[in-house]
Amino acid sequence: MSWLRPASDALWRHPRLLLALLLVPPVAWLGVVYLGSLFALLAQSFFSIDEFSGLIVHEFTLKTYRELLNPANLDIILRTVTMAAVVTVAAAVIAFPIAYYAARYARGPWKAVFYLGVMLPLWSSYLVKVYSWKLILAKEGILSWLFETLHLTWLLDAYLAIPVLGGNSLSVSWTGTFLVFLYVWLPFMVLPVQASLERVPLSVIEASGDLGAAPGQTFRHVILPLALPGVIAGSIFTFSLTLGDYIIPQIIGTSRLFIGQAVYSHQGTAGNIPLAAAFAVVPIVIMGLYLWAAKRKGAFDAL
Amino acid sequence: MTSTLKSCTALVTAGLLAVQPAHAQMTALGAGEGQVDIVAWPGYIERGETDKAFDWVTKFEEASGCKVNVKTANTSDEMVALMNEGGFDLVTASGDASLRLVAGKRVQEINTALIPSWSTVDDRLKDAPWHTVGGKHYGVPYMWGPNVLMYNTDAFAGAAPTSWNVVFEEMNLPDGKTNKGRVQAYDGPIHIADAALYLMAHKPDLGIKSPYELNEDQYKAALDLLRVQRTLVSRYWHDAFIQIDDFKNEGMAASGSWPFQVNLLQADGVKVASTIPEEGATGWADTTMLHADAEHPNCAYMWMEHTLSSNLQSDLGVWFGANPSVPAACTDGRGMMTAETCKTNGMDDFDKIRFWQTPVSKCESQGECVPYYRWVSDYIGVIGGR
Repeated sequence: MSWLRPASDALWRHPRLLLALLLVPPVAWLGVVYLGSLFALLAQSFFSIDEFSGLIVHEFTLKTYRELLNPANLDIILRTVTMAAVVTVAAAVIAFPIAYYAARYARGPWKAVFYLGVMLPLWSSYLVKVYSWKLILAKEGILSWLFETLHLTWLLDAYLAIPVLGGNSLSVSWTGTFLVFLYVWLPFMVLPVQASLERVPLSVIEASGDLGAAPGQTFRHVILPLALPGVIAGSIFTFSLTLGDYIIPQIIGTSRLFIGQAVYSHQGTAGNIPLAAAFAVVPIVIMGLYLWAAKRKGAFDAL
Repeated sequence: MTSTLKSCTALVTAGLLAVQPAHAQMTALGAGEGQVDIVAWPGYIERGETDKAFDWVTKFEEASGCKVNVKTANTSDEMVALMNEGGFDLVTASGDASLRLVAGKRVQEINTALIPSWSTVDDRLKDAPWHTVGGKHYGVPYMWGPNVLMYNTDAFAGAAPTSWNVVFEEMNLPDGKTNKGRVQAYDGPIHIADAALYLMAHKPDLGIKSPYELNEDQYKAALDLLRVQRTLVSRYWHDAFIQIDDFKNEGMAASGSWPFQVNLLQADGVKVASTIPEEGATGWADTTMLHADAEHPNCAYMWMEHTLSSNLQSDLGVWFGANPSVPAACTDGRGMMTAETCKTNGMDDFDKIRFWQTPVSKCESQGECVPYYRWVSDYIGVIGGR
């Protein structure tokens, strides 16, 4: 083991060498495996596909991006972004009071119950949750049975008769897709909001009250601005997760495609990897803009 | 020195031979490689795990020593994509995938002399155009069957619908309620052919000769029909098991389907039945095809022989509601199939069925047709409400 001592001396004398040795593996992982595969995919979007055999023509072209601007494909993008935005806003509205109660009022065992309640849905498989929602929302499912028992079927029918939102049953409507997205991603909103609310100092809230602010004013001018980074951090999760999901809209909803499904069907089923890659660029661009705006709002200051 | 050179040359040659993919057809069978990887439709390759009585894998594995690995695919496009990716030996390709695979050089010509049971194959299938190109066979016929119209017997008051119009046009069903929201359609572009088949019978002035060969006007008419269908369909079916669930829990009344779902639903006591309406039906005729770069060609050939000679043709026919490619399987008692079941599954309806093909630009019936890639993007548009 005679080489150990000089090696150790060399590392001690050149701390940068040690740093480099420690950093190379993780950076290589990030660079090659993670970013490398991402760029390999993105590069595909500049190729096109041979229309009969389904084989890819490896020549630079922007044809695939032009295809992305077809009305049908633009529909897919708009639909997905709208759904992601609506889910995010709804998740923020629902998560805020829950997080506020958990952060401010829940004590001891109640706090544990809150954490468990929020985390519990994350412990079971995603697919199990989605399939059980299919049974809950089905025409002959639990929810319609509940409405029937309460003699409220007319209410459900009236809601389902609304164009766009409704449909033949909840499980084949936009509302169904929305509810399942909301349920599945809600914990990702509650947890960051709760963390940010816990960091709002009690003294500031008391000071606001002492200076004569009504509770509503305190909320608007003190708590909300201070908790906003948490809401934005949560919205990054819910927005990007909805943007990329391809399983929920396939099982629950109107069969109209979302970006994730378009990527899946062009890549996995039609073998049209260039178009799939072009579709994959869309959420990356949208999230890039979103993160840039979030950074300006200070969502990452607490990281 | 010369000997080193010689052995080097030998090594290089051996290396070249090993690298050279088996594009030329095989001439002799060797020992099995221990496994065979197959891309198949769901329910196509059963080893008694779904139902103990249906097993056509275990005996093959014992006899050949080749472990059978199955990757299921839900659409033909998925199959082509998996074969393009590689890593598989065999695929049970339908007619809308097989020619694409041949054109893309993803599959190789097979040597029928290495498959002793080739002579027992149905004469109607031996030289079928979906696996025979330029006189060369690119696969062994596996199974064939119709895309039936599945219907809820309560909704139709026990009488089978006689036309596909129940899934294409808005109407009241025999139970007095509208069909709107109670029908489904297949979530694959090939469904455009079902619309074209319907138009063949009801709008003869369009002059459609084959539902897979459509010129611009005929294609547009088919898409218009499908746009009407979009207003009736609440969910398109992609996964056979989700369709089964929808017929149980969503009050579905009718849909194009496979006998597979009909059998499973009937086994569960759901009131469904199936029929081939007067317009005829599209259908599938699947072929076991060998990947151009198959890593386990010997096991693959053994499997191809097994598909023809064992209980597979008979029991799979019962299981899937399909028809064997070996007519003898209907009667010789190698499995559960009887002449009766073959008749029910449509063994005699071969001529009524328009088998899936890939739509191509240069088509036989009218020179210039709408190619498949447009079927894909336009069907996504139709489902999206365009």
